[in-house]
Amino acid sequence: MPMDEITADHGHDAHDHKPGFFTRWFLSTNHKDIGTLYLIFALVAGIIGYTLSGLIRLELAQPGIGPMMHIMEFFGATPGPEAIEKAKSFYNVVITYHGLIMIFFMVMPALIGGFGNWFVPLMIGAPDMAFPRMNNISFWLTVFGFGLAVTSMLVPGGNGVNGFGGGWVLYPPLSSSAGHSGPSMDLLILSIHTIGIASILGAINFIVTILNMRAPGMTMHKMPLFAWSLLITATLLLLSLPVLAGAVTMLLTDRNFGSQFFDPSGGGDPVMFQHLFWFFGHPEVYIMILPAFGIVSHIVSTFSKKPIFGYLGMAYAMVSIGVIGFIVWAHHMYTVGMPSDMKAYFVAATMVIAVPTGIKIFSWIATMWGGSITFEVPMVWAIGFIFLFTVGGVTGVVLANAGIDHAVHDTYYVVAHFHYVLSLGAVFGLFAGWYYWFEKMFGIKYNKMLGHVHFWVMFIGSNLVFFPQHFLGLNGMPRRYIDYADAFSLWNYVSSIGYAVTLVGTLVFFVGLVEALLRRRKGEANPWGEGATTLEWTLPSPPPFHQFNELPVVDTEGGH
Amino acid sequence: MRYLTAIFTALLAGAPAFASQPTPGAFGMQEPATRIMERIVGFHDGLMIAITLITVFVTALLLIVIVRFNRRANPEAKKFSHNSLIEIVWTALPVLILVGIAAPSFSNLFYQENEPDLAVIAQSGDLDDPDIFIEAAKQDWIVVKAEGMGNWAWTYHYPNDMDIDGYPVSFVSNGIHFGLPTDPSATPEKPRYLATDNPMVIPANRYIRYQTTSDRVIHAWTVPSFGVKLDAVPGRLNEGWFLVEKPGVYYGQCSELCGKNHAFMPIEVRVVPQAQYDRWLEIMKTGDVEAASAAVQEIASIDGATRLAMAE
Repeated sequence: MPMDEITADHGHDAHDHKPGFFTRWFLSTNHKDIGTLYLIFALVAGIIGYTLSGLIRLELAQPGIGPMMHIMEFFGATPGPEAIEKAKSFYNVVITYHGLIMIFFMVMPALIGGFGNWFVPLMIGAPDMAFPRMNNISFWLTVFGFGLAVTSMLVPGGNGVNGFGGGWVLYPPLSSSAGHSGPSMDLLILSIHTIGIASILGAINFIVTILNMRAPGMTMHKMPLFAWSLLITATLLLLSLPVLAGAVTMLLTDRNFGSQFFDPSGGGDPVMFQHLFWFFGHPEVYIMILPAFGIVSHIVSTFSKKPIFGYLGMAYAMVSIGVIGFIVWAHHMYTVGMPSDMKAYFVAATMVIAVPTGIKIFSWIATMWGGSITFEVPMVWAIGFIFLFTVGGVTGVVLANAGIDHAVHDTYYVVAHFHYVLSLGAVFGLFAGWYYWFEKMFGIKYNKMLGHVHFWVMFIGSNLVFFPQHFLGLNGMPRRYIDYADAFSLWNYVSSIGYAVTLVGTLVFFVGLVEALLRRRKGEANPWGEGATTLEWTLPSPPPFHQFNELPVVDTEGGH
Repeated sequence: MRYLTAIFTALLAGAPAFASQPTPGAFGMQEPATRIMERIVGFHDGLMIAITLITVFVTALLLIVIVRFNRRANPEAKKFSHNSLIEIVWTALPVLILVGIAAPSFSNLFYQENEPDLAVIAQSGDLDDPDIFIEAAKQDWIVVKAEGMGNWAWTYHYPNDMDIDGYPVSFVSNGIHFGLPTDPSATPEKPRYLATDNPMVIPANRYIRYQTTSDRVIHAWTVPSFGVKLDAVPGRLNEGWFLVEKPGVYYGQCSELCGKNHAFMPIEVRVVPQAQYDRWLEIMKTGDVEAASAAVQEIASIDGATRLAMAE
C-alpha cells in the first residue's frame, strides 16, 4: 500500500512533531488542522451571514422602510427619498449575500470542509486525506472566494448601491449588464468560480480518500454513515458544480464579451440559465443536508447505545436521494412557463424523494427504539433535528405539487420551508456535530449546561422566526420584499421577535465556546461510553498530529 | 407600535365588498375567487391534514422513545438492528400515501394548465359540474396581456380590442405607494402596496386568457385569490386561463425579484359586470385612460336577472 510508504517517511519516533505556527496553519497538509481552519472560517462567515439576516428581520419587524434607510443615511445618502431608494436596492443586496454566504461559506465549509476533513479519515482509519496539499489549496481557494464575494459587496453593483442585488439564484437578465451593470456581479462570478474549484478539488479528495484509504477490513458496507454521506455529497458536488461553472461563465461572457446566451434580443433565453442553475442548485440542497444526516445517524446510535437500525437502508437511502436529486430541478421553476406534462413529471419525481427521506426518519427512530438513551447535548440537538427536518420535509411535499406551488411559489411559504430544512435542519445537524466532536477535536470539555441552554433557546427562537412565515406565505406575501402590505404586520413582527431570541441563543453558544477555551478541562478519549463505536473514539482527544501510522484492522463486528 | 395601529385601522375600516387581499394575522390562504383557487384550497386543506398527521405521528414516536427508552426507564439497550418487515412497511406505506396525493395533484394541475375547449363546454349539458362554465363558454375568450416593465409597472394589452387609432388597447398600471414620504395615505379603497392608478379590468363570468411577457427583466404576474402566478419573461409569451364569477377588486404583487422596486409593482384586477366592462372598454378605446379607470372605481353588482340567466 502506498500509504505505508508515505507514513514511513515521517518516522515512527515523533508522532506529535508539529511544524511551526506559520507552516502549520498557513501551509497545512494535515487534515485535522485544515478541518479546524474550515470550522474557524465557517464561524467567521456565519457571523457575517447571520448579521445580514438580522438586518432583514430588523427591517421587516414593522411596516415602512426604516433601518435600511438609516444605514444608507449613515453611509452618506441624503435623508429622505434618496436614502429610501438606496435602501430598496441595499435590501436586495443584503438578502442576496445572506443566501450566498450562508450556503457557500458557512454550511458547506463547516459540514464538508470542517467535519468532513476532521472525521472522514479518522472514521475510515486513514492517516490523512489522499491529497493533503490539494486539501490545503481547497481551503485557501475558499478563503479567496470569500474575499472576492465580500469585495463584490463593496463595489458598485450598477443598481445605485454597492453590491449585487439579484438574489442568490443570479437569474439573468437581472444579473446581466441590463440589470446590474457594475463590476460587483463580475466579482461575484469570479468568486463562484473560485469556490467552485475549491469544492471540486475537495470533492475529488474525499472520493479518492473514501474509495482507496479505508482501513483493512472496512468494506464499503461497513463504512460509517458519515463517510457514506460525504462520499455521496462529494459525488454530487463533482457532477453538479461544473454545470454551475458553465452557466456563470456564459453569464460572464454575456456581460463582458458580447455573447447572448441569455439575452432574448440575440436569440438567447433567460430560462436556460434557470435550468442550468437549478441542475446545480437542487443537488446543492442535498449537498448541504446529507452530511448532517450522517452526523445525526452517529449521534442517535451513540446515545441510544444501539447500532444504527437498517444500516444498509440508511446508506442506500442517501444514495437514492443523491440520484433522484439530479432529476427534480425544475420544481424550482413551476411558474416559469413549462408544458403541463413536464410539470407533472417533476411533481412525480419530486415526491419520490419523500420515500428515502421517510426511511431515514423512521430508521433514526427505530435506532432509538429499545435503546437506553442518555440526553447529552448532541443528542438533544439530533432529536431537535429529526423533528424540525420532518416539519420542513412535509411542507416540501406540499410544494412539490405544482398545482399548489402556483399559489405559494416565491412567497414566504417557500422561505419557511427551506429554512426549516436548512437553517433548522442543516444548522441543527451542524451544532449536533459540534457538541458531539468538540471534545475529540480540541481535547477540552464544554459546559453541558450551556449546551442545553443553547439548544432550547435556539429551538424556540428559530421556530418563532420561521413558523409564522408559513402563514405569511399562504396568505400571499411574496419573498424578497423590503416592505409589505399592512395585513402582514403581525406575523412579521413575531418572526422578528424570534430572531431576537436566536440572538440570545447565539450569545450562549459563544459564551460556551469561550468558557470551554478558558477553563481547559481535560477531555477524555471517549466521553460517550460504549455507544460510541467508530474509530475516532479509539484515539486520544485531541488525536495525535499523525494518526494510524499502523493501520487499524476492522474486525467483522465493527465499522458502523 | 405602528403595526398594531395598522392592524387596528384595517379592522375598523373593514374590507370593501368582494375585495380579496391579505387579511391581518391570517393563518391560511386568501378567499378563493376562481374555481382554480377553490380547487387549490380544497386540495391544500386535505394535504394539510395529511402532513399534520404525519408530523404528529413522528412527534409521538419521538416522545414515546424519549419516555420509554431513556436510560432510567430502560437501563439495558437492546441490540437489534434489522427488521425487514418494518423496513418494507415504511417504504411501501409512504409510496401509497404519495400515490394518494398524486391523484388529486395531477387532476388539479391539468385543470389549471390545460386551457378549456370552449366549444366543447358550450355543448355540455352538465349543469352541476363546478369546473365548467357553460354560459361563459358560449362567448369567446377575453384576452389580456400583462407586460412587466423595466420601470416596475405593468402594461396591460387587450390584443383583440382595437382603439380608435387601430392599435390594440393598452395602458400602463403603476403602483401608487412606493414606501416614500410622498405616498398618498392608504385607505380601504387604496390599500398600501396593493392599489394601482389604472387597474386591469375584466368582465365577470367570462373565460379570460391571460398572457405574460416582459420588456427587460423577469417579473411574475400573480393574483393569490385567483390561484394564478406566471412569470413574465423577456422574449417569451406565457399563457394561462381563469374565470372570476364575482365582481370585485382583487390584488396581487409582483412575485419574481426584479430589482429596486420589486415590492412596489402591485397588480390590481377589477372584475366588473359585462355592461360596465363594455363601457370601460369604449372609453379606453378613445385613449382617455383616466376616465376609463374612473368608470370602474365603483363596481356595479350583477343584477338578479342577469345572475338568474347565468345560472340557467
